[in-house]
Amino acid sequence: MTFVPPNLVPAYPEIFLLVALSALLIADLFIDETKRFLTYAYAQLALVGTAGFLLLGAMGQVVVTFNGSFVDDPLARTLKMISVLAVSFVLAYSRDYIQSRGLFKGEFFVLILFALLGVMVMISANHFLVMYLGLELLSLSLCALIALQRDSVIASEAAMKYFVLAALASGMLLYGLSMIYGATGSLQMAEVANTIAQGNADPGILVLGLVFMVAGLSFKMGVVPFHMWVPDVYEGAPTAVALFVTTAPKIGAFAFFMRLLAGAMGPMLPDWQSMLIIVAVLSMLLGNVTAIAQTNLKRMLAYSTISHMGFLLLGILSGTLGGYSAAMFYVVSYVLMSLAAFGMILLMSRDGFEADTLSDFKGLNKRSPWYAFMMLLIMISMAGIPVSAGFFAKLAVLSAALDAGLTWLVVFAVMMSLVGAFYYLRIIKLMYMDEPDDVTPLVGESDHRLLLSINGLTLLGLGILPQPLIDLCTASIAQSLRG
Amino acid sequence: MTANHLLSLSIWVPILAGVLVLALGRDSQPGGTRVLALVGAVLGFLVTVPLYTGFVNSSPAMQFEELARWIPAFNITYHLGVDGISLWFVLLNSFMTILVVVAGWIVIEKRQAQYMAAFLIMSGLINGVFVSLDAILFYVFFEAMLIPMYLIIGVWGGPRRVYASIKFFLYTLLGSLLMLAAFIYLYFEAGGSFDILKFQAVALPLSVQILIFVAFFMSFAVKVPMWPVHTWLPDAHVEAPTGGSVILAAITLKIGAYGFLRFNLPITPDASHALSGIMITLSLIAVVYIGLVALVQQDMKKLVAYSSISHMGFVTLGIFMFNPLGLEGSLLQMISHGFVSGAMFLCIGVLYDRMHTRQIADYGGVANTMPKFAAFMMLFAMANAGLPGTSGFIGEFIVTLSAVQVNFWYAALAATTLILGAAYTLWMVKRVVFGEVTNAHVAALKDITSREFLFLIILALLVLGMGLYPKLFSEPMHASVLQLLEQASTPKF
Repeated sequence: MTFVPPNLVPAYPEIFLLVALSALLIADLFIDETKRFLTYAYAQLALVGTAGFLLLGAMGQVVVTFNGSFVDDPLARTLKMISVLAVSFVLAYSRDYIQSRGLFKGEFFVLILFALLGVMVMISANHFLVMYLGLELLSLSLCALIALQRDSVIASEAAMKYFVLAALASGMLLYGLSMIYGATGSLQMAEVANTIAQGNADPGILVLGLVFMVAGLSFKMGVVPFHMWVPDVYEGAPTAVALFVTTAPKIGAFAFFMRLLAGAMGPMLPDWQSMLIIVAVLSMLLGNVTAIAQTNLKRMLAYSTISHMGFLLLGILSGTLGGYSAAMFYVVSYVLMSLAAFGMILLMSRDGFEADTLSDFKGLNKRSPWYAFMMLLIMISMAGIPVSAGFFAKLAVLSAALDAGLTWLVVFAVMMSLVGAFYYLRIIKLMYMDEPDDVTPLVGESDHRLLLSINGLTLLGLGILPQPLIDLCTASIAQSLRG
Repeated sequence: MTANHLLSLSIWVPILAGVLVLALGRDSQPGGTRVLALVGAVLGFLVTVPLYTGFVNSSPAMQFEELARWIPAFNITYHLGVDGISLWFVLLNSFMTILVVVAGWIVIEKRQAQYMAAFLIMSGLINGVFVSLDAILFYVFFEAMLIPMYLIIGVWGGPRRVYASIKFFLYTLLGSLLMLAAFIYLYFEAGGSFDILKFQAVALPLSVQILIFVAFFMSFAVKVPMWPVHTWLPDAHVEAPTGGSVILAAITLKIGAYGFLRFNLPITPDASHALSGIMITLSLIAVVYIGLVALVQQDMKKLVAYSSISHMGFVTLGIFMFNPLGLEGSLLQMISHGFVSGAMFLCIGVLYDRMHTRQIADYGGVANTMPKFAAFMMLFAMANAGLPGTSGFIGEFIVTLSAVQVNFWYAALAATTLILGAAYTLWMVKRVVFGEVTNAHVAALKDITSREFLFLIILALLVLGMGLYPKLFSEPMHASVLQLLEQASTPKF
């Protein structure tokens, strides 16, 4: 038997990122404290390189490699591109913040890049074990990132909580996967789907396996009733890390749902649809209602994330290509919104001062009308009020769900977004209608301010012309899931 | 051809002017900001004038139509057009914006650029609401409009402004979200189109029509507002700055009634007929009960706010009687109410700017110190009470007339407004304007300035003009009203 080397081309972006970050890990040892900026610049360059490799990849094709365990398709490429872009924004927004808190170290960058690598592997996984590997790489890196502020008690607590619950969720996921393996005799997603479609698998075992799998997935997505870690991590972790947690990992989780449920378990749509309906309803309800009671902005955003993920599930559980692309549009808009929201918190935080309570936003309009306007855009986008990306995201998932005949679910979702509007409005109220406690004008690195403005205006732009992004999502989903 | 883009201009000229005011206006130089805002508002009005002069009265079809692809993925189009029903609202809105800018000239002291910009942007968005023929486009304008209004009430309003603004926003949002769900449903029923004109052609069974009617009702009844979802309005009116109250009363309330005409009647005609009894009952409750509530108000703004609800009861009454007279009456009533309520709020604003109180008890004998003002206030009060010769009479009279055709008791109850309206308005005027000067503050009042005279005289001329020659206003409506009634009486299943 001769050894045939696998086709490495589809994995070039991941390979490049791994090489680059290994080099960073070593190089960082020789960079002294004063030149740490080089590490930052290097990390950004590594992201640019990864993005370059992503762009070089074959367009509009589905390439499978590593014995069918790794897939490079338009869905993967688009999601990876967005993850890389998001991480680049994360690094830019965080730089000032971590510098002033003594976290401006090589580890921060290495861990974030490792987590990104995990996300990228998850996105491209075509085999349950590869999926699991990517997931664990992400989870472990995240855990270390959350605990990066060693002497912070709440950060350690958050990391501990995340670690224990993530381990439990991984266990459940593995258990579910083992049952599916038992029922179908394969861990390769396309083969699993084929076996199920042909009716050669024991439906009892499959459904049981599916339950565990959905539980594990729901944990990663941070939806009720597997959401307990979300608020603690958002609040406990350094804001820069919380920012990261809300971006790339959510895209990974979305890919996770796509590959596992829409891909491998596609033929079992009625089973997982009913499970996801429960999860989505609970998430929208609990996320929105609990967010009202929060005084800490990061916790509020955590609960708002939970409800957003519930909305995202609406698109996925529709079980149609239109629904999947609606969900994809939703996840991209969500990442943009939450980048901007945390970018605002980071912009307002100064040395030793965290602008993470609601009252920090009081009278922002007096301090900086432009950034108050940005936050206004972010909030109306999160509330799903036009003119904003969030509105079209909501419209897309609602119409997908209605198309799937889930009328009462749509009416419920609509009611929940009314509840949601209340706490987003409260921020607008604080910014415009209250007097500031602190009248110092906003300062911040110019690149941070520029990127934040671009980020905020993108939300507005997508609210006026969402078509390009909708096209991108529709094309990615159609070319990848049919192929 | 520019003539084809008039509607776009009516939306985007004020919005652009608002953005310019935001960008260029400096609070340190309020003079320049005001002039810029005024120029923007006047331009915004001027671009709508050709809509009237070029309007073909005999045609019931949409005119000045514009159609462009917007979001092909959902087949959402940028589809604009006016007919005899929406024409007047565009003109009214653009016109009132000028008055609001003038009324806020020196009165608004803090963040004037943002204040003016909010009104200009809102003016464009409201025009968008009236001329959109695509449901999502309509929804976008409908919702986006809430944000400037929310800020206007919340930032420049009175002591309980925050409560009032959030209440206003959430009430309106509640209804509109259900409407969105109905739009998405109709999108699938109409074969993948959000075009309102296509919605109107969709055949629906009665049970579905009723659900859709209710979804629309939730949205528009809150806007009108109809009893019992009117409670946001007195709060919002009382707390809003004068300009905000004027736009709320004169324009945004009309959006609710416009919605009934554009969506409920043609899209769910059978449900509209089936539920017309309930709608008429709610309208009559608004007319009579809210009229009585207005009678006992201590606060002038609250009184006018309740009188607005009562007058809007006439509008919905006229709509749900399904006869041409009633519909035209309610359209005229809306236009007239736009002038009269706007004028009443401006009058109260004039007093409030001097005395910083709106309590009726704090006034008395204003006529002695402000004779010119007293004359205006008396005129507008008469119009509010529906005195023949003023615009207020026309709409109420026609609606009552058509109510007689349908049911004598409807007419009898509706006619009580002529008594109640006269009672609460004139009693307020008596206590505020006439009598002896009651306190030193009133004695020190100065009569209106030329700026105030300007906006009051314009409104006074309009109120009298419309009262004496309503044909000018009703002429463009006929064709569209008849077509709408035909749609509304054609069963859909």
